[in-house]
Amino acid sequence: MPVPSADETAETAETAGTAGAAGTAGAAETAGGEALRPHAEDAFADELKALAAADDRPRPARWRLSPWAVATYLLGGTLPDGTVITPKYVGPRRIVEVAVTTLATDRALLLLGVPGTAKTWVSEHLAAAISGDSTLLVQGTAGTPEEAIRYGWNYARLLAHGPSREALVPSPVMRAMAGGMTARVEELTRIPADVQDTLITVLSEKTLPIPELGEEVQAVRGFNLIATANDRDRGVNELSSALRRRFNTVVLPLPATAEEEVDIVARRVAQLGRSLDLPAVPEGVAEIRRVVTVFRELRGGTTEDGRTKLKSPSGTLSTAEAISVVTGGLALAAHFGDGVLRAGDVAAGILGAVVRDPAADRVIWQEYLETVVRERDGWKDFYRACREVGA
Amino acid sequence: MTGAAPGRAAPPPGARPDAAGAPWPLLLGVRHHGPGSARAVRAALDACGPDAVLIEGPPEGDALVGFAAEEGMRPPVALLAHAVGDPGQAAFWPLAEFSPEWVAIRWALSRGVPVRFIDLPAANSLAMADRTDERTDERTSDRTDGRTDEDPRPDPAGRLRVDPLGMLAETAGYDDPERWWEDVVEHRGVGNGAPGGLGAPGGIGAAADPDAAVGSDLAGAVAPFAALGEAMAALRAEYGHGGHEHDAVREAHMRLRLREARREFGDRVAVVCGAWHVPALAGRTTATADRGLLKGLPKVRAELSWVPWTHRRLARHSGYGAGIASPGWYSHLFHAEDRPLERWMTKVAGLLRAEDFAVSSAHVIEAVRLAETLAAVRGRPLAGLAETTDAVRAVLCEGSDVPLAIVHDRLVVGDVLGEVPEAAPAAPLQRDLARTQRSLRLKPEALERELELDLRKETDAARSRLLHRLRLLGVDWGTPAASRGSTGTFRETWRLRWEPELSVRVAEAGVWGTTVLSAATARAEAKAVDATALGEVTELAERCLLAALPDALPVVMRALADRAALDADVGHLAQALPALVRSVRYGDVRGTDTAALAEVAMGLAERVLVGLPPACFGLDADGAAEMRGHLEAVHQAVGLLAEIRPGGAERGPSAPPDTGALADAERAEAGLGGADGAGRVVTAGGGERAGAGPADAGCPDGAGGAEGAGNAGGSAEAGGGERVEAGSGGGERGAADAGDGLRGRWGAVLRSLAGADGVSGLIRGRAARLLLDDGRLAEGEAARLMGLVLSPGTAPAEAASWIEGFVGGGAGGGMLLVHDERLLGLLDRWLTGVPAEAFTDVLPLLRRTFAAYDAGVRRTLGELVRRGPAPADGPRPAGGPAAPGFGPGLDEDRAAAVVPVVRLLLGLDHSHVGHDNHHNHHNRASEVAG
Repeated sequence: MPVPSADETAETAETAGTAGAAGTAGAAETAGGEALRPHAEDAFADELKALAAADDRPRPARWRLSPWAVATYLLGGTLPDGTVITPKYVGPRRIVEVAVTTLATDRALLLLGVPGTAKTWVSEHLAAAISGDSTLLVQGTAGTPEEAIRYGWNYARLLAHGPSREALVPSPVMRAMAGGMTARVEELTRIPADVQDTLITVLSEKTLPIPELGEEVQAVRGFNLIATANDRDRGVNELSSALRRRFNTVVLPLPATAEEEVDIVARRVAQLGRSLDLPAVPEGVAEIRRVVTVFRELRGGTTEDGRTKLKSPSGTLSTAEAISVVTGGLALAAHFGDGVLRAGDVAAGILGAVVRDPAADRVIWQEYLETVVRERDGWKDFYRACREVGA
Repeated sequence: MTGAAPGRAAPPPGARPDAAGAPWPLLLGVRHHGPGSARAVRAALDACGPDAVLIEGPPEGDALVGFAAEEGMRPPVALLAHAVGDPGQAAFWPLAEFSPEWVAIRWALSRGVPVRFIDLPAANSLAMADRTDERTDERTSDRTDGRTDEDPRPDPAGRLRVDPLGMLAETAGYDDPERWWEDVVEHRGVGNGAPGGLGAPGGIGAAADPDAAVGSDLAGAVAPFAALGEAMAALRAEYGHGGHEHDAVREAHMRLRLREARREFGDRVAVVCGAWHVPALAGRTTATADRGLLKGLPKVRAELSWVPWTHRRLARHSGYGAGIASPGWYSHLFHAEDRPLERWMTKVAGLLRAEDFAVSSAHVIEAVRLAETLAAVRGRPLAGLAETTDAVRAVLCEGSDVPLAIVHDRLVVGDVLGEVPEAAPAAPLQRDLARTQRSLRLKPEALERELELDLRKETDAARSRLLHRLRLLGVDWGTPAASRGSTGTFRETWRLRWEPELSVRVAEAGVWGTTVLSAATARAEAKAVDATALGEVTELAERCLLAALPDALPVVMRALADRAALDADVGHLAQALPALVRSVRYGDVRGTDTAALAEVAMGLAERVLVGLPPACFGLDADGAAEMRGHLEAVHQAVGLLAEIRPGGAERGPSAPPDTGALADAERAEAGLGGADGAGRVVTAGGGERAGAGPADAGCPDGAGGAEGAGNAGGSAEAGGGERVEAGSGGGERGAADAGDGLRGRWGAVLRSLAGADGVSGLIRGRAARLLLDDGRLAEGEAARLMGLVLSPGTAPAEAASWIEGFVGGGAGGGMLLVHDERLLGLLDRWLTGVPAEAFTDVLPLLRRTFAAYDAGVRRTLGELVRRGPAPADGPRPAGGPAAPGFGPGLDEDRAAAVVPVVRLLLGLDHSHVGHDNHHNHHNRASEVAG
C-alpha cells in the first residue's frame, strides 16, 4: 500500500532529481508547457483548484487549503461536485493525517524512511497543496554550505555598494520565512552537522538574523519546513538532539504487501528496460516475484508465511535495489543468456545486494539459503544458482 | 426473538416515573468495561438512589458479592464459574475498576443496598455451552466473549453476529465502532462542562446533553441511558436477536429476576446490563412465557469463586479476553479528574524517561498540541487513543516504534494485577490439585520425604507429570533429587515437602487456569514468550516434555525457532542443540509426538552447520577450548539427530525422486565438493567410492546408492576376510553420504575445519579426530593430516595444540596412538625435531595431553617409544594393503579365524547388516539359479 504506482517514479526524482516523470496522472497536463517534469502544483493545478473551491473548513494562516483538504489531496477522493482527486500517496491514512497536522501546529515535519518510500514525493505534494509552491527547496548534500540555508551575497553588488538588502541573496528558507510559505530540505542528514544546526534558530525562534546588516528576517505566519532524511544509510550526519526535537517525525513504511512491491518493481523495470534498449523479457514476473520475496523476507526478518524468523543483513534491501537487481539480471539474460530471465541471472545481483558486510552478512545469507530456500518448493534452481555464486 | 421491543420513546412501558421523575425500574445499558459508562452509572445511581441494584451476571454470585467490599479485594478480578468435578469447564466474568458493573457493586455495597445478579445461572450457561460447543478451551473464552455483547466477533460457527455498536457507528459516519462509542459515551467526562471541554458533541450523547444541561441532576444522569436504550430498541426492532441466540433465554431469566426483585424491594430498582439487553428488559412479556423459555435447560453443578485478574488478560489479544484492547488507557480515563490528555502525556513522558529516552517538557507540550489538532482534523470531539498514540509516536518517540511498544505494553495495556481476599472460597485450581492428589494417593505432608518413581507404571508416571507441572507453576512441592542406585531413564527420585506458603502459590497460579494441566500449559506458553535467552527456551522445552504439556509445545517450539534464528552467537546455538536433541530422544522414549521438536532441532542444526566454520577463525586459546567443546557436543547431537530422523536411505523409496533422494545426493556431492575446495581431502577408499559413486551420478533413487554400497560390502566379505571391514565400512559410509544429508554435511563442515588455515590447531585436530572416529577419513588421510601439521613449517606451539585436539581428551586418544604406530612414529619424529628453545613452550601442552591418559596407556606408549619407531611407510606386501597402523605381512588365515567371534560379539548376524547379508545370499542364490 504505501508506495503507489506514482511514487515509484518519484524515486527517480529523489535520487536523480530530474527525469522519471511525475506519474501518469498529471504528466499530460503540463502547465509549464514542455517541462520534462512539471512541478506538482502545475501538474495537479485543476485538482487543487477544485479542492480550494469545495473547501469550506477553516484554514491556518496563509494555507491555500484546510488540513482536511490537504489530506484529501494526498490520499485521493471524490469531491461533492464530482471532481475526482487522484491519490498521490497510497498508504496508511494515519501517516498523512499526522504529517498534515504537524504542519498545521507550526512544528517542522521530518519524513524518515529508506530510499524508495516516496518521502520526496510526499513532501513536494504537501508543499504544493499547502503553499501552492513546491520549489522552495534546499537539496542536502555533503557539500551544502550554510548559505544555502541562510543567505548568500551578490558579490558584485557587495563590493560596489557595500552590504545592503539588495546585495543579499536569500535562500529558499529565507524566502519561505518572509512569505509564510513551506520550505523543503531534502536529505537533511547528508548535510554536515554544523550546517544542519543553522536550522535550529529558524525553527525555534522563527527568525533569521542578518548580523552584517543588523537586521533579521522574521518568519511570517504560515511558514513551515518539511525535511526528508534517510535513516538506514551509512555515512549520514545524525541530527543533533536540539534540532531533532524541533521536528515531529513521521516514518514512511515500505510497501505493505508483496503484490504491491512486485507490481512496483515490474513496472519500473519495464520502464528502465525500455530506456536501456533491453529486449522485452517474457516470463520475467516469476523471477521478479522471487527477488521481491527474498528482499522482503530478509528485510522483514521473517518468511512470507510468517513461520520462520530470519536475521536481517546490514544492507537496506530497498525496493530500489530490487529494481536494480532485476535490471541487471535482465541485461545478463539479454546479452549473455537466452533472453529469459532465470535464477542464475539474478543470483549474483542478490548476493551483492544482501552481502554488504562480508563477514556477518555472508553467514546470514548462507543461513537463509540453507534454512529457507533449500526447502522451498520450486526454488531448487534458485538454490543451486545461489550456491554456485556464493561458493 | 422475544426481546425486540418496538421503538418508542422513554420511559419504557411498565416503568413508573416517581415524583422526582426517575423512570423505574432504572435500566442502565452500558458497554462492559467502558469507563464512560462506569461514570454515567455512578452518576445515575447517585442521583436516583435505588433500593436494589441488579447486575448482569450469574446469580450464583449473589453469595460472593459481599467480598467485593472487603479490604483485600482489588480489581481487576473475575467471577469464575466452573462445573463441579470438571474445573476445565469454566467461564469468567472479569471486572475492572472502571467496569460499570464493578462501580455499581461497590456503590451498592457501600450504602448497604442489596445486589443481585440476574443473568442466566452459570449452572445452565456452562451446560449449554458444553452441549453446543465442543469441549475446548476456546469455548470458555467464547463464553466470556458472549458476555461482551457489543464486541464484534464471529461466533464459533463462523457467522458474524450483528454488531449493534457497528450499526450505530456506521449510521453516525464512523468506520470504527470502538471510536464511535468512545466519542459519544466514554469521552463524556464527569457530568457536563467538565474542565478541558469534555462534553461530547454529536451523536446520541449530544442529543441527551441539552436535557442534561437544563434539567435536574437526575434527568441529566438518566437521559443518556434513555437515549442509548432507544437506539438499541431501534436496532433490535430491525435485527432481532442479531445472531445472539442464547440471548432470548438469558433475557427471559433477567426479566424474571427483575420481577422477583420488584416484588421484594418495590419498584425502585436499578439494572446494570449490556446496552443491547435494555429493550428486552423494558419489553412487555408475561412471566409464564418467560418461564416457558427457561424450561428444560441443561444444568451442571457449578461453583463460583473470585479470582485475581490482570489488565493483560482483559486485553483482547490474550487468553480470556474481555474485548478491550486498552485497559490501561481506560483506567486512566476513569481516574483522571481533569485534563486526561495532558496527564496521559506526562505519564508517557515519565515512563520514557525511566527507560532512558530523552523526553523534555517541551516534547510533552508538542505532543499534546499535535494530539489535539489531530483530533480536530479527524473531526473528533476529543483526542482518543489513536490520536494520542500517533502524537506519542511522532513527537516523543521520534517516529520509532520501539519506545512506542513499551508505552503500549506498560501504559496502554498496563501491568495491573488484581487481588482477592484470602477468605474468599477456594479457586478451582486448588480443588483440581486436591482431587489429583487424592487420585494419585499423594498426600501433601509437611514432613520431607523421598519418593521413588518408576515411570513405566501408570500411576508413577502421572505423579511425575503432576510434580513437573507444579514446578512449572512455581509450586515447588517436590524437587528432583539424584536417583540412587538405578540410573535408568525410567526412574525419577523426588524430595517432597508441602509448606504452607505453597497454598498461596497455588492460589496465585489460579490466574493461569483452572486445572493444573491448563495452568501449567498457559504458564509454559507465557514463559516461552517472555524468555530472552535461547537456553531458557530449550530448558523449557525439556520441562514441557517432562510435564507432558503437548499443547504448550508448539508455542515453545515457535519461541525456540525464533530465538535460534535471531541468536547470532553460534556458541549459544551449539549449547542449545544437545539439550534439544536429548529432548527429542527422551520424548521418543515417553511416546510423545516430537515431530515438531525434531523439526526445530533440525533447523537449529542447520544454523549451527552454517555458522560454526566462520566462528572458528581467529580464536584465542580459551575461545578455542570452548569451541572444541561445542564441536564435540554438536558432533554427538548430529549423530543422535541423524538416528532419530533417518535420512533418505529409508525415506528414499517413498519420497518423490526429484525432491528427496536427488536433493540428498546433491547435498552429498556438495559436501564432497566443499571438502575438495578446502583442498586436502584426496582419494576416498574403494568402499567409499562404491557408495559415493552412485550418489555423484545423481542416481534418482537414494536407496539404490545405499543398497549398491551394501552389496559391495557383502561381496567384499565373501571375497576375503581381510577386506570385510573396508567393504562394509564403505557401504555404511556410502549410505550415510547418499542418504543422510545432515550427517553428510556435518562431515563436510568437519573436513573444511580440519583443513582450514587460520583455525586454531586445537579445533583442527579435534575435527580430524572426529572424522577419523566416524570412519570418514580415508585410509592414510589421518597420517597425512598429522604429517602436514607436524611438518617443520608449522610453529611448534600450534602443532602441539593440534596434537591435543587430535589425541587429547581421555583414554581413547591414547589408545589411538598405541594402536596406530604410524601416527605415533610421526609424533615421535616431530617431537625429537622440535628445537630446544621451542621445546619449553610445547612441553606444558603435551604434558597436559598425555597426563589425561590412563597409567596403562602411558606405560604402553613409553614402551613403544623405547622400542623405537616401527617402519612407518614400509613396503607393503603384494597380498593387499595393510590396515592403518598395522605392520606389513598380515596372516590372512589367522585373521579370518577371528571373524566369526567378532561378528558374534558385535551382534552383526541379527542386525540390519545381517539382513543385507541375507539379502545378498538370496541374490547369489538367484544368480546360481539363473
